[in-house]
Amino acid sequence: MKLQVQDVSVTLAGKQILRDVSLEVSPGEFVGLIGPNGSGKSTLLRTIYRSARPATGVVRLGGDDVWSLSARAAARRTAAVLQNSPTPPGLTVGEVVALGRTPHHGLFDRESKEDHQIIRESLERTGMLPFVDRLYGSLSGGERQRVLLARALAQQPALLVLDEPTNHLDIRARFELLDLVRVVGVTTLAVLHDLDLAARSCHRLVVLDGGRVVAAGPVLDVLSPEILASVFGVTAVAERHPDGIVRITYGPEPLAQDAA
Amino acid sequence: MTMLKLRSTARPRQARAPRPAPFHAVPLPLCLAVLCGLLVVVILIAAGVGSVSVSLADSWRIVVGHVTGQGVVVDPALDQIIWNFRIPRVLLAALAGAGLSVAGVVLQALVSNPLADPYILGVSSGGSVGAVVVMAFGAGALGGLGVSTAAFLGAMLAVALVFLLGQQRGRLNPVRLVLSGVAVSYVFTSITSVLQLQAEPNNMRQIMFWLLGSVAGAHWDQLRVAGVVVVAATLLLTLFGRQLNALVTGDESATALGIDVRRLRLVLIVLTSLVAGVLIAVAGGIGFVGLMIPHLVRMAFGSDHRRLLPLAAVVGAIYLVAVDLLSRTLDPPNELPLNILTALFGAPFFIWLMRRDRSMAES
Repeated sequence: MKLQVQDVSVTLAGKQILRDVSLEVSPGEFVGLIGPNGSGKSTLLRTIYRSARPATGVVRLGGDDVWSLSARAAARRTAAVLQNSPTPPGLTVGEVVALGRTPHHGLFDRESKEDHQIIRESLERTGMLPFVDRLYGSLSGGERQRVLLARALAQQPALLVLDEPTNHLDIRARFELLDLVRVVGVTTLAVLHDLDLAARSCHRLVVLDGGRVVAAGPVLDVLSPEILASVFGVTAVAERHPDGIVRITYGPEPLAQDAA
Repeated sequence: MTMLKLRSTARPRQARAPRPAPFHAVPLPLCLAVLCGLLVVVILIAAGVGSVSVSLADSWRIVVGHVTGQGVVVDPALDQIIWNFRIPRVLLAALAGAGLSVAGVVLQALVSNPLADPYILGVSSGGSVGAVVVMAFGAGALGGLGVSTAAFLGAMLAVALVFLLGQQRGRLNPVRLVLSGVAVSYVFTSITSVLQLQAEPNNMRQIMFWLLGSVAGAHWDQLRVAGVVVVAATLLLTLFGRQLNALVTGDESATALGIDVRRLRLVLIVLTSLVAGVLIAVAGGIGFVGLMIPHLVRMAFGSDHRRLLPLAAVVGAIYLVAVDLLSRTLDPPNELPLNILTALFGAPFFIWLMRRDRSMAES
């Protein structure tokens, strides 16, 4: 499904966090949301998974305003993997992934054969099937993120929303996770901190700064030296290498002068 | 289906990793069937033991006779003892054990705090004020209200206060809720203390006994009302397993899983307060059950609330029936208040379990 964020503004506790933000994610695309800390990235995601209501503007998914859908109906379309969600260490991997079926069931429904099949498939797609009876608390950081991704897949979403999914992971686990998201192929909007990983993995990038979209488009267009200097405060060049991969090279004096 | 080549997948690290709970893989219906069978046996044993001993078979025949409407099938005197005195008392113990344990599970998840128990929202201290007013100054003190009604109203007053104080910008904040509960409990407890000091010395024993919890006064009339409320609310609560599993992953994550977190908290607070309030009214403040049983069941059967809720209900019922049996057989013909035994036997057992449980140490 196509995600359309149109002129969204959000004010939290009297402070304006987002101003007239618009962006689109087409079906099958992997779009990276980047920007310095406090630029409103997580808040933008919250408007999409129905946790922070926009003061103005609409968030449409598949043409419907997500805030006009019920919480459950919206969660059948959008799945989120969030930072710092305190998943109980005593749940097994299978039980954590089963949580993804929550929006598909009412109070009186029990888990069906179909649910088990979907849970199994989600575990298989993320390579976590051998871990099904392990305790979540006994896994490494990378394994935990893959379990949370499997949980999101069990929601059978049309849109995946990821908030810094590679945070705190070691370098191999970062590559593994982003590869996995690409292979899974669900339409994805991901907040990413690591510009190198964002440049390498995403189809398009959107840059937020001070609650506004300051650039959006193909990776190389967005990561211009001007944006890297003015938004991120670093002297750097992004270029496509002969192997087809976009890499960022930081200057000898990486701190840009014009950024305070 | 895409299988990624993931290096770490090849060899799940089993060494030293905490293991799932021992009965985690046993299907829920089987666990429930075994435990329910055990509960029936414990209830019959408890009904048979006392100043007049009744065999297990006779207890069974008496109960079956009444339940199936055949009426009195053995010696009428025995029937009277079992059906009118012991069974109500044992059932109230079972009811209290089940209700408090389920309320404990729910509140621990609701405020994401392992120290939470059914009284965290001030139910027991509020109930105490109501009950002690009536016991110390007679039924006239509150316009003719009985101890139970006064206790229930006191409990609801305390919960309402805690609920209002626990709001922050129109939303319930779990930390505020817990702190409000503690503060309100202190206020009500000191009011209870003042009342106790004013009370006649010959009322003191009754007050002490009530404060420490007892099912000795159980009778069918009272059981009918309390039973319907507690059973209905507890059964309803056991349906929230999936929602509670989502809730313990945090408000944001639960929202993303399609849960209306605000409404869920509200519904759960109302139901648990009702259970705890009614039980306070009929059995006084039975402590520690609602804290210990949830942890005990988690250690034995795993943390999935879909299993935890029904299992905690049955295990809690068995536990409190056994404790009540002990309370009246340890020092006959005297009875000990339940609170003394739930803690005296429960706490050391709990500490032992906790120390050998590695998954708990990691969390």
